[in-house]
Amino acid sequence: MLLEQDFLETHSIDSTFKKNLEFLLSYGTSAGADFVEIYVENIDNTGFLVEQDKVTSVNPSFGKGIGIRVFLGNRDGFVSTNDFSKQGLIFCLDQALGMLGLAKGSNSKNSFQGLKSLNDYSINKVKLAIECPTLKESTNKVLEATSLLKKHGRRADVRRGSYSKTIQEVLVASSDGTFAKDLRLYQSIGLNVLAVDKEYRSSIGRRIGSTEMPRALLDWDSEDTAKEINESAEKMLYANFVQAGQMPAVLANKFGGVIFHEACGHLLETTQIERGTTPFKDKIGKQIANKALTAIDEGNTQGAFGSISMDDEGMKTQKTVLIQNGILKTFLSDRAGELRTGHKRTGSGRRQSYAFAAASRMRNTFIERGPYTPNQLIESIDNGIYCKSMGGGSVGATGQFNFSVEEGYLIKNGKLTEPVKGATLIGEAVDVMPKISMCANDLDLAAGFCGSISGNINVTVGQPHIKVDSITIGGR
Amino acid sequence: MKESLINESQLRDQLSTLSKAINIKKWDLGATISKDMSVQIDKGNPKQIKASQKNSITIRVWNSENLVGITSTSDLSEKGLQKALESAYQASQFGNISETPEFSIMSKAELPLTSRPIKDSIGVKALLASLKNAEKDLLNRHKSINSVPYNGFAESTFERAYINSEGAIRHLHGTQASLYLYAKAQEEGKKPRSSGSIKLGYGASDIDINDCIKEAAEKTLNHLNYKPVKTGRYLVCFKPEAFLDLITSFSNIYNARSIIDGVSLSRKDSIGKEISSRILSLNDNGLHPSNITGTTFDGEGTPTQDIQIINNGILKNFIHSEATARIFNVMPTGHAGIGAKVSVSPDWPVVYKNKNQKAKYPLLNYQKTKDEFILVENLNALHAGVKASQGSFSLPFDGWHVKDGIKTSIESATIAGDFLRLLKNIIQIEDDGIYTHQGVSPHIWIEELTVTGDK
Repeated sequence: MLLEQDFLETHSIDSTFKKNLEFLLSYGTSAGADFVEIYVENIDNTGFLVEQDKVTSVNPSFGKGIGIRVFLGNRDGFVSTNDFSKQGLIFCLDQALGMLGLAKGSNSKNSFQGLKSLNDYSINKVKLAIECPTLKESTNKVLEATSLLKKHGRRADVRRGSYSKTIQEVLVASSDGTFAKDLRLYQSIGLNVLAVDKEYRSSIGRRIGSTEMPRALLDWDSEDTAKEINESAEKMLYANFVQAGQMPAVLANKFGGVIFHEACGHLLETTQIERGTTPFKDKIGKQIANKALTAIDEGNTQGAFGSISMDDEGMKTQKTVLIQNGILKTFLSDRAGELRTGHKRTGSGRRQSYAFAAASRMRNTFIERGPYTPNQLIESIDNGIYCKSMGGGSVGATGQFNFSVEEGYLIKNGKLTEPVKGATLIGEAVDVMPKISMCANDLDLAAGFCGSISGNINVTVGQPHIKVDSITIGGR
Repeated sequence: MKESLINESQLRDQLSTLSKAINIKKWDLGATISKDMSVQIDKGNPKQIKASQKNSITIRVWNSENLVGITSTSDLSEKGLQKALESAYQASQFGNISETPEFSIMSKAELPLTSRPIKDSIGVKALLASLKNAEKDLLNRHKSINSVPYNGFAESTFERAYINSEGAIRHLHGTQASLYLYAKAQEEGKKPRSSGSIKLGYGASDIDINDCIKEAAEKTLNHLNYKPVKTGRYLVCFKPEAFLDLITSFSNIYNARSIIDGVSLSRKDSIGKEISSRILSLNDNGLHPSNITGTTFDGEGTPTQDIQIINNGILKNFIHSEATARIFNVMPTGHAGIGAKVSVSPDWPVVYKNKNQKAKYPLLNYQKTKDEFILVENLNALHAGVKASQGSFSLPFDGWHVKDGIKTSIESATIAGDFLRLLKNIIQIEDDGIYTHQGVSPHIWIEELTVTGDK
């Protein structure tokens, strides 16, 4: 083995290992590559599913792999493999070089100066895995949660709880000397109910996610979540379908932040500039949103699902102000983004696994709190909709976004009235951002998963309650 | 003779030895190894070129109490397999006592004969050259097409194996390729529009690149002159891809796993009930010749089959794994994954018209009808807008408002309804079944659905 697979289990990197990485990086640059990056990953996951009052599936998985990326000018070649042998890795490197028309020894000058000393973000994190609850403790906690769904739900016909714990150890070595290592612990809990009464059905779910908080599952207030889910499911069970049209909307805090994530956040990733699919390409310093809106993307919030110590290109995470008082300040950028668009890296190079090249992606993305109370937002509307809980959403190649409303209520004369279901909010970022006119003072975050060019990653969305002056509601 | 990526006999012997060492008597495994290559282009220049070699193996073990545990890994070394076996054994302590999967009684049955060709790789240079020409050609189709932001040409070779401790041994070798071109066009003073095309083949050389370019250009340009559509209830025609998206999203109606779990719109006794218009028939046929990505056995080694799901509007069969088939007292249908709790998924929907039943409006034709209707081309954001367990959907779509035979692209709209009611309201199924990359279906007409537009 050129890169001994066990180094990740032992959490130690010796001089031979470093020398072997340097051999590969030197091999690439001496072939004429402008830049070579090696990403090594070891991943260990345990997930399980509880249905009604039984554990129905326990799914452990583990694996290791390497991603090698080579740049020549703006172009790049990327190869991933599970083969850690010297022969396998050199084959991959040759393959990546060959994609760019390069071959071993084709360049006489070699710019590679060796790796810097290890920037070890994993120090003090090895104990995280040990501090996690055992599988027995974990299953008991989720069994308790589904049992609480029954206790608090008269119509809770189908009850499901799921849990996933991922320990991911990553190492990045690149020809600019970057040498960094991290260990990450992610946990997520899902709790869902399908309420049924004759032909009426409603399903409501919540996801709780954390990073580097080994006691997160055991500390979770499952009774509170179970009560909240049941209350929502029962209210939505007999709800009428929303009438389609355009109307003002108040979007609740926490997962309501998905509107910013989909409508605007993706369009502020440099990959969108590269593709020519963002309307904000030349808008740095320009007003793109209502003055009431300031938006942040960061990886620092302790315990948040999208938090990272370093990104997947070895850069320390940071807080990035995307929009300040409606003015576009920064794009989220990775190494390729910086190279191709000129926007400086923001520690946002992220990927699902070694099988994906990193790309500019969001971390914890949220709209900053404003001066109002949530009630003031609702009171300002004569006829509109209150979106208490959101489902998923997406953004298309032309900036058109959509997302579904899991739990909604009509607003009439400044007051919440009847529950409504079946609403989809659709629009375009350039149109909707100036219409976010009021932000409340109750900023809160929610965990989620985001799928895009570099795979599925953990993220956090968030916002206080916000008011959108007018938005298209798809309904019946 | 090509070198095999999976040596199934060696894998079987390794597992036999390793399992004996820790006293595991009953086990099975599913393994996949693939080699993939893909390229992307940006304005004539290669943007990203990717290659990967991936291993994946899932091992299931039965402990002395016949409880099942599994583990998945990408590490196919002896050490990796041993760790996976031990981990699966530990997981079996949490096995579900009330529903234990067994080996499929069809895991040694004869596999269907298929003519799946194995194609040689054309290599990265040829992929790049073809994609570069395709992008150039697409950009030259019309001055309004200013970029092809999403594009890719990929080819892969893969092998799958299923092996169990009672002697079942399955192996499949396949190749496949895909091309997608997604263009963006914009005219002065108007919003950008985008659409595209995807083509699949057994190899890159099989793919009709010109057809992909033509389809991507036509679909994009057809939407340039858009207008808002008035919110209301309309006669609707679903193009094949759109209807297949819907039927797949609501496949819980014929999925035995979903029925047992209580998240289906059907019940165990729904077989024999009329669930749709009498003109609709549906098969799930993973062996259909248009199913490029099909395989001959499922995750439990059961042979892939052609199953009739709906005939003349009557629900005839559910799709099954070994465990669900045992509960329903039928044979497994070849739709299983592999797991401690085995998932069940549809293969390849084939929708067709029952010629013995007369449609309510048999003259409706998406190219000839003069009546006002909405023609739905693509449904978007299915993951967010489909409430499968509730039976409802509210989805953004790309399509046209058609009146007096004139098609006008719709600027931005959603379509909403109940799936079961939609099935009952099918008033015409056109004659021609269209092969798509997700199944086979003719154009399907629905009497009335709500469309939300901009005014």
